[in-house]
Parts: sequence; C-alpha cells; structure tokens
Amino acid sequence: MIDKKDVEYAANLAQLKLDEEEKELYTEQIGKIIDYVDKLSELDTDNVVPTAYTVPMKNVLREDKVEDSLPREKSLANAPDKKDGHFRAPKIMSD
Amino acid sequence: MNIYDLTIHELKDKLAEGELTPAEIKDAFSNRINEVEDKVKSYITITEELADEKVKDYENNKDEILAGIPIAVKDNMSTDGIETSCGSKMLENYKPPYNAAVIECLNKAGAVIMGKTNMDEFAMGSSTENSAFFNTHNPWNLKHAPGGSSGGSAAAVAAGECAAALGSDTGGSIRQPASYCGVVGLKPTYGMVSRYGLVAFASSLDQIGPITKDVEDSAIMMNVIAGHDEKDSTSVKGKKEDFSKYLKNDVSGMKIGIPKEYFELDFNEEVKQSVLAAVDKLKEAGAEVETVHMTDAAYALAAYYVIAPAEASSNLARYDGVRYGLRSEEADDISTMFTNTRHQGFGDEVKRRIMIGTYALSSGYYDAYYLKAQKVRTLIKDDFDRIFNDFDLVITPTAPNTAIELGSKSDPLEMYYTDIFTVPINIAGVPAISIPCGFDSNNLPIGLQMIGPHFEEGKIIQAAYTLEKLLNIKDKRAEL
Repeated sequence: MIDKKDVEYAANLAQLKLDEEEKELYTEQIGKIIDYVDKLSELDTDNVVPTAYTVPMKNVLREDKVEDSLPREKSLANAPDKKDGHFRAPKIMSD
Repeated sequence: MNIYDLTIHELKDKLAEGELTPAEIKDAFSNRINEVEDKVKSYITITEELADEKVKDYENNKDEILAGIPIAVKDNMSTDGIETSCGSKMLENYKPPYNAAVIECLNKAGAVIMGKTNMDEFAMGSSTENSAFFNTHNPWNLKHAPGGSSGGSAAAVAAGECAAALGSDTGGSIRQPASYCGVVGLKPTYGMVSRYGLVAFASSLDQIGPITKDVEDSAIMMNVIAGHDEKDSTSVKGKKEDFSKYLKNDVSGMKIGIPKEYFELDFNEEVKQSVLAAVDKLKEAGAEVETVHMTDAAYALAAYYVIAPAEASSNLARYDGVRYGLRSEEADDISTMFTNTRHQGFGDEVKRRIMIGTYALSSGYYDAYYLKAQKVRTLIKDDFDRIFNDFDLVITPTAPNTAIELGSKSDPLEMYYTDIFTVPINIAGVPAISIPCGFDSNNLPIGLQMIGPHFEEGKIIQAAYTLEKLLNIKDKRAEL
C-alpha cells in the first residue's frame, strides 16, 4: 500500500509540484493502481528471462560519418528563450 | 453515396475514370468538415492551405498510391512547421522542425493531409477526454466518447471528415477507438512502421497504423507506411510487401483460436454474442475454430500499467521548458522553472502516469515492479508464440463494451479496463486489427479483434477482408 510520502517522493523525483489536494487524490488513485499491479506477484517468474523488445533485434550501428543535421536556427526556433545562438534558461546557482 | 463517404479505393477508381477531380474530392471533404466539425470536433488543427497546395500539385503525383486522397493525422506525429500539440498544453504552440517518417511517406504518396486530429494528452487515455483542449464526440452518438487515444482520427474517418487517418497504438489506441466508431483499425507488428518523429509515449510498445473505412483501405495505407527506416533503430529490416495481395475472400482451412479465459471475463453480453456470431460465420466459410487457453488478460493489463508508465516517465522527462514547448514565467531559478512548467503543462492523467512510472523504477521497487513486469511480458509473448505454432489467428472482442458516454468514467482503473483485450497485443508486439462486426441495441458499433503472429499482417488482412464480405455492414455510416 502506498502512502502520501511515496507520492511526494515520486513527484519530487519526477520534478512535479503537487498541492495538498492533488497529493490526497493521487495517493488514493495511484494506491488503487499499484494494488492492481501487485497481481503480477501471483505469477511464478523465477526462471523467466525479462523481455524489453518483442521482435528479434541486434545492436543497430551505422557508419561513423558526419551527415547533415538540423541548422542551428531551426533547432532554436521553438526555444522559449534564446541568446547568441544558445538556449537561455533561468539561473542555476543561487546568489 | 456522398463523396465524403467513399473509401480510398473507391476515390482512386473515380479519379482514374475521370469521374471526379482531386479538387472536387478535396472540396467535398472540406465542406463536410465545415458541416459537422462543430458537432464532432475531430481536429485540433486543419491544414486547409497545405491541402490546397497538394491538390494543385496533383499532376506531379498522380501515379502515386494516395494521390489526391484526403488523409488526417493524429497530432502526435511531427509535421514540419505545423503545430504538433500531442493534445497537451506543454506543446500547444510547438512547430516541429522536421517531418515524421510517416509524414514523408504520405507526402511521397501524394496524400492530401487535411489536418491534425485530437487525442488524449500524450496518447494517455481511452476516450480522448484527456485532451487538454476539448472533447471529441462519437459520430454514432454525440453524447458518447469516440474512444482513445486516437479518438480524433477514428471520429474523423467515421464522420467522413477524411478518407482515412493515421493513429498510434500503445495499448489499444488505434483499435479501441476504431471499434467504438465503427471503422477499421490496424496495429502493425512492432517495428513494421517507423516511429521516427512520433512523439514518444512508451517506446517499446508504440506503433503507428491506419484507421480506415474498410479492410482494403487498410492494406493500401500499409503499403504506404510500412518499411524499414534507418532513422528508427527499432524499425525492422525486410522487403517491402504488397499487402493488397492478401485481399482474398477465403478463410478455408484457416485455424482460428478463441481464448477461453478472455471470453469468460465479465463483460458486455451484446459484444460477446456479436463477436461469437461473427466467428460462426467464419466457421461456415470454412475456417477451423477451436478454443485455446491463454494467460488471463488481467496479468497483461497489470504488466502494461508498469511498463508503459515507466517508459513514459523517462520519455516525458524531456519537457523541462528549456528547448521547446511551454516554459513557466513564474520562476527565478531553474529548478522552480522545471517544476512550475511541468505543473502547468501536464494534465492529471499524464502526471499520474509519470508518478506511477517513477515509483516503479525507483530504488527498492525496480525488481518488484519493472523487472517483474518485463518477465511477465516474456510469459505473455511465449503464450502467443505457443498458440501461433498451431493457429493462424486468435479472435477476441476489441473492447469489452461499446462507446462509453462522455464524462461517465472518473476512476482511472475503470477506464484502463476498457483496454483489457488490446493491451496484451502490444505487450507481445504482434499485429492486430479491429473491424466492425455489428451494433448494440443503442446502435453503437461493436468491434472484433483479429490477432496474428509477428509480421503476419497478411493473414489478418485476408481474414478481416473475408469477414467484412460475410457481414456486409461496411457501407453503413453514422448519421450526423
């Protein structure tokens, strides 16, 4: 069973801000979902190999050669803030 | 029949015979959009000018597969310079700097792209009610949801607002809305269609596929979008196939499995009876039908609600307000900017899934949830492999119900349950189609799902084509 602390912990890891009301609601809803998901423990998987991709696949490599990429202007076109050809963000270090 | 009711292949025939011009076709669909869009609300963005340009360019494309054919695209497929919102405030004004691989395919094929369709935010949902912008309405009954997450695409096809559409399917998001809207939806084998430029939700499950008015159109659309793409490392190498060669009215000797454990679940009786009646028709037409045993679908649903949120929590970490998309203005430092941006930009369901995924991947819980779910994934895949040793196809309902009323489900877990029959297919990576097999007592469409082995889209297209002929309901359209 998960509690409010678990929700606060996950929200913090995921850079999500929750108000008190949301915390209560999500604790209840996510609790029910996690309880449902706990069904998985009923299955014996001791000798089972996990699957990430379902179709046969090997490492996909390409030749190491330089190809065209998006021009800087296009890459920056959607930036909320930019300066001198760079993305601009609020300060990282406090004063 | 109205022009906007016609299928791709019917429109192609009329173009070839000179009965219709590309401009007449485009105008018929544009007029239809003007007439019904207020009621249905399929589109987030309508690309009228681009469509007109493509029509003008028809002579240069006229030998291509989709020349002059109006197509709609789900709003999570990147379109160069055209809004691609993913149904989210986070990407409300985002204009991608490049085209998704499937958009390049459509352009090369001469398709006239009519617009970008509504969807659950970041494709997370089963009713399109999680769109940050507005609800889409089911053309068969406007009080009902079109299903989701590709609800806009399915509704647009059903309402005649396009000839066909592209959707994406992570746990049923093509098939379930196709079922609710009475149209055909195909989720190809994982890796058949390039995901390059598809905004990622759960990368090991996501797959793009067609939503069409009939099975023949589904084969035509697959001819356009399937194939290897070096820009998607999970795209499968192989020869381009002509799927129209499987449009054969023949199921004799085909072995079909009916999973006992699925039909024993508690779900809508009208849906169950309609699907079983369709199976009987296939039997009369020469198919060999047998009951098979499969792992309870509830385990696949449980595994899905670990794997999909886990991958989503990782994929959606990129929305931080730095490079594109929304940035919260209420922040002096970067950390507050991150959290405020994500708080303002994401809706409830997206936040919920990010938190479930983050929790399942966090230290101390990884083995119990994520690793366990990946192991259960092996069991489910093995289950399908075992059955497909002896059978050509498996048939189930597409959804346990018909279209739900808008606003009727507020409990997330209850909503997740509408994906019970579609989720196992994504977990196993196999292809599946939903085709209409009847109507319930409220005149809402019922969908039947055919599942095939990896890379055997041909088998399901052939069986679906045959069933479509046997049922003879494909020309029935929603009245608006």
